[in-house]
Amino acid sequence: MDKVTRLASENGIVIFSKSSCCMCYAVKILFSELRVRPTIHEIDQDPEGREMEKALMRLGCNAPVPAVFIGGTLIGSTNEVMSLHLKGSLSLLLKPYEALS
Amino acid sequence: MSSASIQPFTSRRMGIYNPFQQVSMWGDTFKGDSSPNTGVSTVLQVDAGMDNKSEIISQESTGPSRNDEGDNSADKVKRRLAQNREAARKSRLRKKAYVQQLETSRLKLAQLEQELEKARKQGMYVESALDAGHVGFSGNVNSGVAAFEMEYAHWVEEQNRQICELRSALQAHITEIELRMLVESGLNHYHSLFRMKADAAKADVFYLMSGVWRTSTERFFLWIGGFRPSELINIIRPQLEPMTDQQVLSVCNLRQSSQQAEDALSQGMEKLQQSLSQSIGFESVIAGNYGSQMAAAMEKLEALEGFVNQADHLRQQTLQHMSRILTTHQTARGLLALGEYFHRLRALSSLWAARPREPA
Repeated sequence: MDKVTRLASENGIVIFSKSSCCMCYAVKILFSELRVRPTIHEIDQDPEGREMEKALMRLGCNAPVPAVFIGGTLIGSTNEVMSLHLKGSLSLLLKPYEALS
Repeated sequence: MSSASIQPFTSRRMGIYNPFQQVSMWGDTFKGDSSPNTGVSTVLQVDAGMDNKSEIISQESTGPSRNDEGDNSADKVKRRLAQNREAARKSRLRKKAYVQQLETSRLKLAQLEQELEKARKQGMYVESALDAGHVGFSGNVNSGVAAFEMEYAHWVEEQNRQICELRSALQAHITEIELRMLVESGLNHYHSLFRMKADAAKADVFYLMSGVWRTSTERFFLWIGGFRPSELINIIRPQLEPMTDQQVLSVCNLRQSSQQAEDALSQGMEKLQQSLSQSIGFESVIAGNYGSQMAAAMEKLEALEGFVNQADHLRQQTLQHMSRILTTHQTARGLLALGEYFHRLRALSSLWAARPREPA
């Protein structure tokens, strides 16, 4: 789906989420702890939400949300994010986008 | 005298163990010969022998006039001593068999008590679920939980065995390859625990999260259905020394990453609590109807399984990364430290439960 791909490449770090999803909330917390400010799209508040959900599933996400894109590339869902973080790779991937404060 | 010797034989033939008879006979064991106790099976063989002997004895008692007067008393004494020795030997064997019977009964009793306790806990859990008017409670939930309890009990037994094996292996300085195999088994054993927990979470996530399947001291440390991975790293760290600088850095980073991931999941859980509470709260009651409100709440609960899975995923990943950072020997020491820690924690739980208390 064009919209999803477009939004995914618009910013360095993009997270597709649902406002009601608590696992999405956990992932958002993790990113804020890593001092980055991802662009969040709450698809349950988007009129094309259903389509976006299907598109995300087609891209290979087990659960449509949370879906994390870094530099336009799909990283995955909670599982992949956690694995990368424990490996130490997540911080490296996020380094170019670290918020300067 | 000869009749007193015959009595134990008849009581055995009748299949009655008379402990008091045995006590009187045991006095003779100190006079008896030193024939070794060769086990229960010998008793059966001896039985056959005994029957012959008793016949001989009855023959003796019925036919004393067969021998000459002169030889008679010496022979009688000899025979009496032989009978005593034989009787003492029988008595010792019977005592051994009796004690073995008691031992097996004791073990059986302990086993039954354990199963009863489990069933009681299970029953209590089921009762409370029913009391709360648990919607959708079915027999299937119970069987998944019961299966997990059994499997977990076996898992703990196997864990204890592996820990002993690991301990002796490290003391004995076995080869790298053999140690590698033990370490692999140890890691795989934890992986099988996570698989079991995943199934249990599907059957009943609340059961898993309650920690009722663990001892009370373990439950004290409960974080989303198990231990905090960062805490586990702290527990085993002292046993890993000496470490290279690179290892120290990697372990430190791993612990920090784990802590951050744990924090994120903890906050996600808090959010879940809040939103669940809101969904069944008073405002929601006014806003919507009961049915849709409950449906929304049910959806929230479904997220719990995801959190438990993520927590176990963290634990699994932490174990794997540690085993990659460390040498085989260090990993072995780490696994041993972990196993011994949990063993002591469980032992502490038993001690606590058994402590003497002031009557109310």
